Amino acid sequence: MSSFWSAWIIVLTLAFLVFIIWLLRWNMTNYTGIKEGELMDHEFDGIVEINNPMPKWWTILFWITIVWGFLYLALYPGLGNFTGLLGWSSSNQDVRSLEQSKEATEAAREAGLIVEYDRQMDQAEEKFGPVFAALSERPIEELAQDPEAVKIGQRLFIQNCAQCHGSNAMGGKGFPNLTDDDWLYGGSPEAIKHSLMEGRNGVMPAQTQFNDQQITELAHYVMSLSGRKVDPELAKAGESNFAACAACHGPNGKGNQALGAPNLTDNVWLYGGSQDAIEETLRNGRNGVMPAWKDILGEDKIHVISSYVYGLSQD
Amino acid sequence: MSKNVTHAFVEKRVGWLAVLMTIAISIGGLVEITPLVFQKQTNEPVVGLKPYTALEMEGRDIYIREGCSNCHSQMIRPFRSETERYGHYSLAGEHVWERPFLWGSKRTGPDLARVGGRYSDEWHYVHLINPRDVVPESNMPAFPWLAENTLDGELTAKKLEVFRSFGVPYTDEDIAGAKAAVEGKTEMEALIAYLQVLGTGLTQAE
Repeated sequence: MSSFWSAWIIVLTLAFLVFIIWLLRWNMTNYTGIKEGELMDHEFDGIVEINNPMPKWWTILFWITIVWGFLYLALYPGLGNFTGLLGWSSSNQDVRSLEQSKEATEAAREAGLIVEYDRQMDQAEEKFGPVFAALSERPIEELAQDPEAVKIGQRLFIQNCAQCHGSNAMGGKGFPNLTDDDWLYGGSPEAIKHSLMEGRNGVMPAQTQFNDQQITELAHYVMSLSGRKVDPELAKAGESNFAACAACHGPNGKGNQALGAPNLTDNVWLYGGSQDAIEETLRNGRNGVMPAWKDILGEDKIHVISSYVYGLSQD
Repeated sequence: MSKNVTHAFVEKRVGWLAVLMTIAISIGGLVEITPLVFQKQTNEPVVGLKPYTALEMEGRDIYIREGCSNCHSQMIRPFRSETERYGHYSLAGEHVWERPFLWGSKRTGPDLARVGGRYSDEWHYVHLINPRDVVPESNMPAFPWLAENTLDGELTAKKLEVFRSFGVPYTDEDIAGAKAAVEGKTEMEALIAYLQVLGTGLTQAE
């Protein structure tokens, strides 16, 4: 804050406090020339006023608020650039980026200032930091067997993951079921953790090169891959166009976890397995996005969530 | 202290009473509000803040039209209980181009100040069509018409121009291309584009 605005605030605030003191004293002094308890010299319609002082309790309260005001302004940041004797502030507001926010936290710590938010975070770090640090040291397979870790992982899952994958982790249309041991990007602990940390971006392109008849044929062929009852002639016709799909889903339709291309032979359908749904997928494409969580949750928490998710399909 | 300045003076002159009351009340505003108008903290954007694109700007207007800010705040307070859930607390520098700001004051739903990037576009689509499809216990209304209404972009350039006059650094190309950028897009696409950029100026700055 420039010194002009700092002075502006200080002068106005203190001047007003002094004014209030004057106002109170002025109102407590009897300038009327009429003794206390006697009638004032006006009357209206039979109503008269007696010259009584202001109530004691009220004036005392007024004095207390004035003293309180001075004390507050001395201890806390209120007067322009004066930071207050306590060195207290609620948060680092004058920052322009996350780096600056961290720097401001460090600078305040070195200067011995109290930033209320940072203090809260430090207290939490003291309490929970060692817990997560200890958990992050242990392998995911082991954590999945530890009831305490599973409980923590479940809490974090419900807070952050349930919005898409459901509170029972069974997903929904467009959001993968995490309990079924069918993995788009792999179900190893490392693959799960990678999905959580970096996110995933699955792209099924729209197959605009095919006409309606070809799309129907292709859908029949895709359904036949998981052993479902289909029109054999349509499926046969569809097979010839499956080459377009094989690049990602593989020549036998087993999928490719490196690309997140689903296995088409297991009868698990992320976007619905009806003929209509499959045709819609072929016609319009799909775009499945798993957001990256490393900046939101941090690696330690993700490690614990990964173990919870890993454990879901291990029973 | 003149004897003439007595109670009787202000008690019998209601005009003076009004004048003195106005002065007394104004002191608070002069001390607390006026300096803010000239502070770097409230005028200088955070490093990564980008002006809303034409589509995001239209989405913001839909956010306002549908009254989203009646139930969703966009203001993360500096408490651990909030930042653990929503991310870094909101900074004044993130809101310097907001006219009006959409901080809201009621949280029937969660805070949205940093919802950008938290969910996929697909999730927002499903959720806006019918929130119960993804969050069974949600009491948020459905907004299915957003997917049906398309934007004509007639006023988009004008909106960007108005915001430029407020100091948002839109270029001439931004304004010239505004209509083409939104024409034919659905309101749903615009709203999702807006939601996906919320709060990213701080958290996803390069």
